[in-house]
Amino acid sequence: MRRRDAIRIGAGAGYGGDRFEPAIELVEKGNIDYLVYECMAERTIALYQQDKLRDPSLGYNPQLERRLAPVLRACKEKGVKVITNMGAANPEGALRKVKDVATSLGIKALKVAAIVGDDVLDRLPEFSESPILETGLKVRDYLERAVSANAYLGAEPIVEALEAGAEVILTGRVADPSLFLAPMMYEFGWSADDWERLGRGTVVGHLLECAGQVTGGYFADPGYKDVPRLWELGFPIAEVPAEGEPIITKPEGSGGIVTPATCKEQLLYEIHDPSAYFTPDCVADFSGVHFEQVGPDRVKVIGGWGRERPRSLKVSIGYRDSFIGEGQISYAGSGAINRARLAAEIVRRRLELRGIKLDESRFDLIGIDSLHGDWISRGKGEPYEVRLRVVGRTTSKAVAMAIGEEVETLWTNGPAGGGGATKSVREVIGIVSTFIPRESVRTRVVVEEVGA
Amino acid sequence: MKLREIAHSRAGDKGNICNVSLICYDPKDYELIKSKVTAERVKEFFKGIVEGEVVRYEVPSIAALNFVMHGALAGGVTRSLRLDLHGKSLSSALLELEIEA
Repeated sequence: MRRRDAIRIGAGAGYGGDRFEPAIELVEKGNIDYLVYECMAERTIALYQQDKLRDPSLGYNPQLERRLAPVLRACKEKGVKVITNMGAANPEGALRKVKDVATSLGIKALKVAAIVGDDVLDRLPEFSESPILETGLKVRDYLERAVSANAYLGAEPIVEALEAGAEVILTGRVADPSLFLAPMMYEFGWSADDWERLGRGTVVGHLLECAGQVTGGYFADPGYKDVPRLWELGFPIAEVPAEGEPIITKPEGSGGIVTPATCKEQLLYEIHDPSAYFTPDCVADFSGVHFEQVGPDRVKVIGGWGRERPRSLKVSIGYRDSFIGEGQISYAGSGAINRARLAAEIVRRRLELRGIKLDESRFDLIGIDSLHGDWISRGKGEPYEVRLRVVGRTTSKAVAMAIGEEVETLWTNGPAGGGGATKSVREVIGIVSTFIPRESVRTRVVVEEVGA
Repeated sequence: MKLREIAHSRAGDKGNICNVSLICYDPKDYELIKSKVTAERVKEFFKGIVEGEVVRYEVPSIAALNFVMHGALAGGVTRSLRLDLHGKSLSSALLELEIEA
């Protein structure tokens, strides 16, 4: 059933820590029908799962209130529906939070939905023999250290929530483009096996999922690729017709640019084979997509195709891996590099003298070789200042702390003129993936009404 | 000539794999980069950084190449000890590659 002939979808966040104002601008000036916040990286759920262990009411994205409170009333009044994966490790907890926020704002009769079922941590033993994609080990090798396991869901449960009248939809792990594809399926009546249309919709979802990265963010290179007013970057809007070609644009008067070049960079971002982009909804084909500028900051997306969806769903498993300890200190002026190298030598010998064994370590000179080693940067000239960075991995937190200690004590025990020493230790939650049969994941849509 | 003069690039990460695009400003340069910037050349350029194979995909509709570099991220974003965990700055490195015009 076709409900509308065209919709406008805005991307309110492209990652968990993204700016807050652009979503408000989209709601106020973007004339959008849907606002989608994509706020989850590979590791996010594993980190929030730990919050949930401490307090079962938590585990959703801690910025949920800060993002939604400024727009919720306007969204309700204008009929803008909100879709977000800020449910993270606890979509139902997020639902309760949104109800509280809506109640305190005096919003009445707001339908809020949570999509549940991506969390398969308790059922992981069922899949013990499944191979791990990255390491060649099996799921059973990670069972004891696992802190999270989430299947990537597709658009279907979100469509279900929209059919139930939900105005705010909170998900856990959902493939990023699916968050955007769902409103197209719902509004245009696209069926879940209409591979060609799902493929085209997935192209739009992929272009929008990193928000500002298609409107001139992460693009500027002065003199080559100039972008106006990145400090007021506008987030993208897709004008999607039920039939025909979508347009990528942004709110009038906002900073940034939308050109075929910005769209091309985002089209290939995090893509392997452009003719086979796997999502839970379809295998999208980006290989024939091209772009046409049809107005200022308006780009038409031409092409895109899709094939039958995969039979399995990808599962991300977060596990306790190790600790990383790090220390940094800077040197400047003539001889800076030699003093930094001496400092590195001192730290290396100190760790040796203390009998500290690291599983893996690096000694970088920031300004010389920290990003691309010393081969690509060879012959590019010496910088005025340089910063030593020592970093190592170990299974012991105490050992990890020793790295920063040995860098910090260079203050009074190392070469002349060292400044700005810092140290840190962090626990590493590793992520590996496996595939499980689609049928083994059962999703459930919970819909509740505020003030009902 | 550096690739930077005729193309732009963005890098993305998935696990221990980094993809780096190379997109011509002017589609007329597509045949040039296609003939000069082979997967072998990119693998050699990133020696010491990329441990696995480099696969090149051609995307003529947007005059672009996409290099998928396996074993490129020192174990991947979650475990890597590198300063640039995601390998995002590898796009800038690729644009430093010199080709004969």
